[in-house]
Amino acid sequence: MDLGPHLFLALLEGLVGAFVLALTALGLSLVFGVMRIVNVAHGTFFMLGAVVTWYVSTLTGSFLVALLAAPLAVGAVAILADRLVLRPIGYEPESTIVATIGLLYILEQVVLMTYGPYARPVAAPIYFRVDFPWFGYSGYKLVVAAVAGVLLVLAWLALWRTTLGLHLRATQQDREMAQAFAVPVERVYTLAFGLGGGLTALAGALIVPVQQAHYLMGLDALLMSFVVVILGGLGSLRGTVVAALVVGLSDGAVSVLFSPTLAKIVATLLVGLVLAVRGRGLFGEESA
Amino acid sequence: MSHNGDGAVGLSRRRFLTAGAAVALGAGLPGPRVPRADAQAGSGPLRLGFQVHRTGIGAVYGRWYERTTTAAVKLINEKGGIAGRPVEIVAEDDGTDPKRGAEVVEKLATQHKVDLIFGTLFSHVVIGSAPRAGQLKIPYLVVSEGYHVASGRLNRYVFQPGITDVRAQVTAVAPWILKNLGKKATLIFPDYAFGHDHRDFFSRVATAQGGTIRALVPIPPTETSFTKYFPRVPADTEVLYHVMVGPGVLTFVKEMGEHFAARRPQIFGFVDSLEGVDLASPGLDFLEGTYFWEAFPRYAGAGTPAHVRTYRERVGVNDVGASVNDPRDVSTFSHMFGCWETLHVIKAAVEKSGYKKPGPADYKALIETLEGFQSFAEGIEHPQGPKRFVGRLHQVFGQQVISRVQKRRLEVVHRTAVEDSMYPPEADYTKQPL
Repeated sequence: MDLGPHLFLALLEGLVGAFVLALTALGLSLVFGVMRIVNVAHGTFFMLGAVVTWYVSTLTGSFLVALLAAPLAVGAVAILADRLVLRPIGYEPESTIVATIGLLYILEQVVLMTYGPYARPVAAPIYFRVDFPWFGYSGYKLVVAAVAGVLLVLAWLALWRTTLGLHLRATQQDREMAQAFAVPVERVYTLAFGLGGGLTALAGALIVPVQQAHYLMGLDALLMSFVVVILGGLGSLRGTVVAALVVGLSDGAVSVLFSPTLAKIVATLLVGLVLAVRGRGLFGEESA
Repeated sequence: MSHNGDGAVGLSRRRFLTAGAAVALGAGLPGPRVPRADAQAGSGPLRLGFQVHRTGIGAVYGRWYERTTTAAVKLINEKGGIAGRPVEIVAEDDGTDPKRGAEVVEKLATQHKVDLIFGTLFSHVVIGSAPRAGQLKIPYLVVSEGYHVASGRLNRYVFQPGITDVRAQVTAVAPWILKNLGKKATLIFPDYAFGHDHRDFFSRVATAQGGTIRALVPIPPTETSFTKYFPRVPADTEVLYHVMVGPGVLTFVKEMGEHFAARRPQIFGFVDSLEGVDLASPGLDFLEGTYFWEAFPRYAGAGTPAHVRTYRERVGVNDVGASVNDPRDVSTFSHMFGCWETLHVIKAAVEKSGYKKPGPADYKALIETLEGFQSFAEGIEHPQGPKRFVGRLHQVFGQQVISRVQKRRLEVVHRTAVEDSMYPPEADYTKQPL
């Protein structure tokens, strides 16, 4: 294939990857920003979203119903986890890490026991193949990128144009002050955790027709979310989106033009570089 | 973060990194320990250690290996067990992880004190576990397909008597591919031992027979998206040779279809790319008319022999290769028969050698008996077909099947002879000390 079409494919792959990654990492970033905790079970919520999508779309025959059900169900699981696990340990950072690792294993094994080890497919709701002169491309992937883009805009609107968003941002900036101004901080915590899980589940649901639901799929999502959130700056949503674009596009370009392994090396180096030169990430808040 | 004071961001980042490290560590932790089994010696049940991929990327295979094993043991016990002793399976999960695999071998040998160990599939796990079996001097019968046994790189305690190796498979089918599909081939394979066997032996056999390898496309084993690899397939490729394993297989085949569609070259795949996957899955339409290697035809038809029907019934597989209890639960049909056949080889070897209990003398007799086997006849004990066994290689040879996808089913178009897969031996385990 010539360089032109090659680059074009790289760009396509990169963009699709970037949008899904941004949506996946947004939840992690939100949870960290608002609650100051690291949710290691984040990737598991992504996987749960995919698995719920498979169950619901197989039962009802409708992918759209599944797309609605997945974030709701996983959001509910996240809220339960917040109430039953995180709140009792007082959101203490180190304990939270251990607790969410536990959550990761419990959820993963429950899925293995019930759903099984299979990578199960879901038919794409809209299936068409875009036939470029040099190669074909999945039309559904482009739809996924577009939907993820719309969801990102909606998330941004929700954060900046609603009372709920105001509460989230207030809690993020200064928890005690927010409480003093009658922001229901406890409820905001629960909501943030539920929302984080739900958003990630939505990304998982969108990706099932491309990737299949598999009980181990959360690990990669977790890793890439970490990369993006560190790169973008902890707690900065804008940073998350920008970093996802950087990582996604460089991953697409490097892996198409050179090798996917090199792409992962580049992403890791990028994180190392950012940590060394600009420790708070591209858009991280100033400390103190 | 204004109220957090100095260094808050730094601390948070460290916390982030710690979490990542903790996850990495956690992934390597062994599962829960089971109580130590009572030692036994020479009487009572024959205890066979079963190293199984219950979790990790090999879990689909592991599940079916376990079902096949259970069915084979049930049959053996119904017929009076092995040397009059009932067979008991002691299964241990290795997480499809080489390091844990070695631990499992050790645990089965020293804690459970099993008579021998069998059942490992994924080649990196076999390569990680086999040296431990050699050190512990316990027979270790793998059901893995890799060339690692016949290559001579393992040790005298390792056998593969129930499934043929990649080199044999490739040797048998390559001439057919070159003759019928094309001479300019591009290979897509997983970038580790099993895939390297395909790369090396197909390249070797094909170039020796007038074919050319246009490109080699290795894919990292954990890859989830494949579109980016297909541009590396040169336009003048006549036949695309693919073999993939793991949870990404369906994505791989789908994205291959999206990329090439009607412009596709001839496609020959190893059914490993679709084990555990329903051929009627959405997105697989484009496979229509492509070819697959199978070890054992997944779809039963009018010509299916009685002993194969019995085997399918016993294991619980319907005519399209899925579980009789759940049609969505598709088997790994071209691999799992290896457990069934291995157990019957164990039966033959134990009975012939007079093996009684773990120990150097009995193991010596057992191993030499195994090495002395020449052939296994087709039948309920070896449903896949007749086999030849090469003692110095510790490897069995059998027929290979080439099938074509027709109406979303695999229909057999060619069956090779056992001899087609034989290659000049490179190793001789019988010269190694016990």
